[in-house]
Amino acid sequence: MAVSREAMNDRLEIHAAEGVCFSLPLAGLVTRFLAWGIDLAATLVAALLIGTVVASLNLFSGDVATAVIILAFFVLYLGYSIFFEWAWRGQTPGKRVLGIRVLDAQGLHLQFSQIVIRNLLRTIDALPMGYLIGGVAILLNRNGQRLGDLAADTVVVSARPGPAPDLAQVLPGKYNSFREHPHLEARLRQRVSTDEAGLLIQALMRRDQLDPAARVTLFADLAEHFRGKVSFPEPSMVGLSDEQYLRNIVESLYRTPGGERESNA
Amino acid sequence: MILDLEKFVREERPYWDELDARLQREQPVSDLASARRLYYLYRRAASDLARLDTLATEPAMRGYLEQLVGRAYAEVHGARKRPYALRPLHWLRVTLPSTFRRHARAFQLATLITLIGALFGAGAVLLDPDAKGVIMPFSHLLGDPSDRVAMEEAAAQESDARPAHSSFAAMLMTNNIRVSILAMAFGIAWGLGTAVMLFYNGVILGAVMLDYIRAGEGVFLAGWLLPHGSIEIPAILFAGQAGFILGGAVIGRGTAQTLRERMRESGPDIVTLIAGVGLFLIWAGLIESFFSQYHAPVFPYWLKISFGLVELVLLFAYLGLSGRQYGGENGRVA
Repeated sequence: MAVSREAMNDRLEIHAAEGVCFSLPLAGLVTRFLAWGIDLAATLVAALLIGTVVASLNLFSGDVATAVIILAFFVLYLGYSIFFEWAWRGQTPGKRVLGIRVLDAQGLHLQFSQIVIRNLLRTIDALPMGYLIGGVAILLNRNGQRLGDLAADTVVVSARPGPAPDLAQVLPGKYNSFREHPHLEARLRQRVSTDEAGLLIQALMRRDQLDPAARVTLFADLAEHFRGKVSFPEPSMVGLSDEQYLRNIVESLYRTPGGERESNA
Repeated sequence: MILDLEKFVREERPYWDELDARLQREQPVSDLASARRLYYLYRRAASDLARLDTLATEPAMRGYLEQLVGRAYAEVHGARKRPYALRPLHWLRVTLPSTFRRHARAFQLATLITLIGALFGAGAVLLDPDAKGVIMPFSHLLGDPSDRVAMEEAAAQESDARPAHSSFAAMLMTNNIRVSILAMAFGIAWGLGTAVMLFYNGVILGAVMLDYIRAGEGVFLAGWLLPHGSIEIPAILFAGQAGFILGGAVIGRGTAQTLRERMRESGPDIVTLIAGVGLFLIWAGLIESFFSQYHAPVFPYWLKISFGLVELVLLFAYLGLSGRQYGGENGRVA
């Protein structure tokens, strides 16, 4: 139960008008804190630059220069996040670096008033120090919203678009020795659950992301698991590595009995 | 039935790539043909996601499509009725005053709490002179008012008595705006935080006023406070008004709307008010630094008091009357 609750908690579920339901991954507390750290550093650097430029240009008297610096710091402090989140559609430089984005909690584009409110309420979220109130609110809220997000009805989601999965890894394109045993392939389809098939595809598609030693171990474990489902005759197994064995299994699972792979029906 | 992923991806990927490319442009769709194409691609990707959802167990593919559909959803459904256009004159003439009028009760509540605070502060100083040391926030207010008046009037005759007007004005503006934002933001605590801040502000105001009036320095006080206070004090009340709107949205008394709906509805009005507060406080900061701090004989008190009263009348005439011909609802911003 706890796992399922956690799994729900780290995603924002949106039910679109078209009847489609999709979910977006919510940004974690640490990621958000790091993004804030980057933005804070950028603000400080900008403030330092402004101070140095105003002082070195000598355009103003001492009093006016001090006023310009006070106002510039204040505008920077208040306007940095508002400006970038508006101009960059929910991202500040820190958020962009860490691949997160502020989004309307209904999945829509942000309105200007939402951006202003969530940033003005930072004054409360930052209390008493180090965003303690905001951090606690994020941990307690199921959508990871600090008080500013609650008031503005916004969430912070992970915005890093993942690459489209590379299916070239999955299907063998080679002769499959298991085809010579259609009755065993039929038994295999009967015994392998959808979840097991999905797991197998995942492992094969991510083969290049795995450490070689880990890959060998993983494929050995998976091959042992699937060998327990159906035993193919020894001649069909000669020279097959664990990985090739698993590729054959996938091909046998996804191919229709007539030889063509299933259509989308 | 397990979906043939290879065939599925081979057939659909060109459409996903096209949708992705259109979304990456981050520019609003400008013509009907592009809008139609975007909508078609979005519906197709949404349909693919639904098929994947029911027919296959493939989390990586699902994650990719969810990202794509999510971005397209925002683009398709999040379009504004009309693009944002900066209309500062309309905002000043209609939006700000009509927003103020629409939430007049929140302003009245802010005023009432400040007045109660002022009475409390005045009563505390009247009944217990030691309370002055606790209530007064600045050291220059702790001494005898008559001594301060004598010192200020003597300093006013020196030509270079107050050389740092600009930085003083900047400090006043930024500090007051920061406090106003805090007063608004504390409204998230069911309006209680806003009420506490307004009450405390009232306590200080009441204590200072009583202290000076009791010392027979009422004219100096009016001449000192009114030029900037006639804008600054209402501005703090407007911030309190915004805080109470926020608090009202959190409480949601007497409405069937959800918390989310209430927050979304009140957001633009809060932003409008707080932007108005910012403008008023910039004005008040300039006046306080360049005008209020000059006492008689530089500026006679009657001039300073008249100036402050005229400002006050104009402020509430503006807020009460401006933009009425547009009706109440037209003042809303998107």
